[in-house]
Amino acid sequence: MNENAMIIETIIKAVTILAVFSALAGFTTYIERKILAFMQRRLGPMHVGPAGVLQIAADGIKLFTKEDFIPQNAVKPIFKIAPVITAATAFIALAAVPILPEFILPFTDYVVRPIVADINVGILFVLGAMSVGMYGPLLAGMSQSNKWGLLGAARTVIQLLSFEVVTGLSLIAPLMMIGSLSLIDINNYQTGGLSDWLIWSQPVAFILFLIAGFAETNRTPFDLLEHEAEIVSGYATEYSGMRWGLFFIGEYANLFTVSFLVSIIFLGGFNPLWFIPGGIMILLKISFFIFLFLWVRAAWPHVRPDQLMWFCWKVLMPVAVINILITGIVLI
Amino acid sequence: MEAIAFYLFSALTIAMFTIVVVSDNALYAMSALAGGMIFIAGFFFLLDAEFLGVVQIIVYTGAVMALYAFGMMFFDTTRAVKENVENKYVLNTLAGLATVFAVVAVTAPFAGEHVGYVLEAVAPIIDGVGNSQMVGYVLFTKYLVPFELAAIMLLVAMIAGIVLVSKTMDKNITMLEAEVQEEAEKDYKKDKIWI
Repeated sequence: MNENAMIIETIIKAVTILAVFSALAGFTTYIERKILAFMQRRLGPMHVGPAGVLQIAADGIKLFTKEDFIPQNAVKPIFKIAPVITAATAFIALAAVPILPEFILPFTDYVVRPIVADINVGILFVLGAMSVGMYGPLLAGMSQSNKWGLLGAARTVIQLLSFEVVTGLSLIAPLMMIGSLSLIDINNYQTGGLSDWLIWSQPVAFILFLIAGFAETNRTPFDLLEHEAEIVSGYATEYSGMRWGLFFIGEYANLFTVSFLVSIIFLGGFNPLWFIPGGIMILLKISFFIFLFLWVRAAWPHVRPDQLMWFCWKVLMPVAVINILITGIVLI
Repeated sequence: MEAIAFYLFSALTIAMFTIVVVSDNALYAMSALAGGMIFIAGFFFLLDAEFLGVVQIIVYTGAVMALYAFGMMFFDTTRAVKENVENKYVLNTLAGLATVFAVVAVTAPFAGEHVGYVLEAVAPIIDGVGNSQMVGYVLFTKYLVPFELAAIMLLVAMIAGIVLVSKTMDKNITMLEAEVQEEAEKDYKKDKIWI
């Protein structure tokens, strides 16, 4: 394959991922509202279109046509760029994630590898890009000269920095078994069917990583960044229209990234299982995790910030370290 | 390709760090510093050192800069900072000399290459070994002692930090002084009743 073909292929992949996941972010809001409604014995959006499906379009039109408002005392360039950082880093993180197994393009013999950049430190790159994502809320909160925004930014830094420690430590144990940082190697390690899945040998790491994933995507039990009852809307207080929409898209893209990471690292990724092909398999796993995120949101209340910190540093981190120690002893 | 990428990243890095030095708005300086750190990671990626590049992003942008930002929340970052400089010329001369010294110190070995001095890699690249494996290999053989010493220093710093903070940990900092007084009086009265 010559260089030009590679560049074109990469651009096509990047645009496809951008388009698909932006659309999915919109669609997930609809699913979220419907599932939450059914769990709380309501109907959810019903008026626009059949069963309220066109609510997404209505919301989109509202977001696009809303006035782009910038507060008078805000630091304008930083205020404007902050939501772009959130959305951009969320999609950059997806660049190193293998979305589907390799497949042959229909009617040709061209093999497509559905990963934008196959770097051999894939998992670290994804975590790094997601950790840079914290600059979105951080700069947004600091530039808008609004005390609720500042409180939201402070909570962002505390929460994301603390849980990054748990994410990293919980991943070390499975990575020690695999011996590679590439997500494709991690996936190939579990090719032997159900019994090869890492969740059976690393159940503690799985639970720790999932909990940390809830905190990093600020989903409900830990969604303190924009806790409406306490700090208006946190870092997004002064945002409106499409800039607020970008925060939203970034958050949902991160949700998908975390679901992909959990499925690939612990649940066999895109390996085929029994008669189900690998492509369907990973979609099923992703759907399950998205549903799990919504289910937990419907079932559990918020925690307090001090409870969150206590939980992170006094429970999760020691457990993660002990898990690494035990894995090391077993491996040796 | 590589040359274009190199000059692009160089220009961006220099532009970012210029903003850091010149700007008098703390928020601009901080965001530019974070951006510059990410562009430096670009050089590591160009040199096929993916591991170091990603670590650069995670450690400097993800952790160190975020801690700076956390410290800066105690100031009003939307206002310009007024610097208190006593003598502009002394400061500029010292800064200039320090920069020249740093550049000479770093580039001297490469300049020496032209006059016959051959530069050899301390840990040459082995074919077929990934660079994350290579970093681990070098760290745990050749540089084991400095590595462990650095670990001990970090541990000392962490314990020192905890000790400094923990002096007032048993008190509730959100309680006002008057409230504390009130609580104490209540406790005193309660004791009296029991007596």
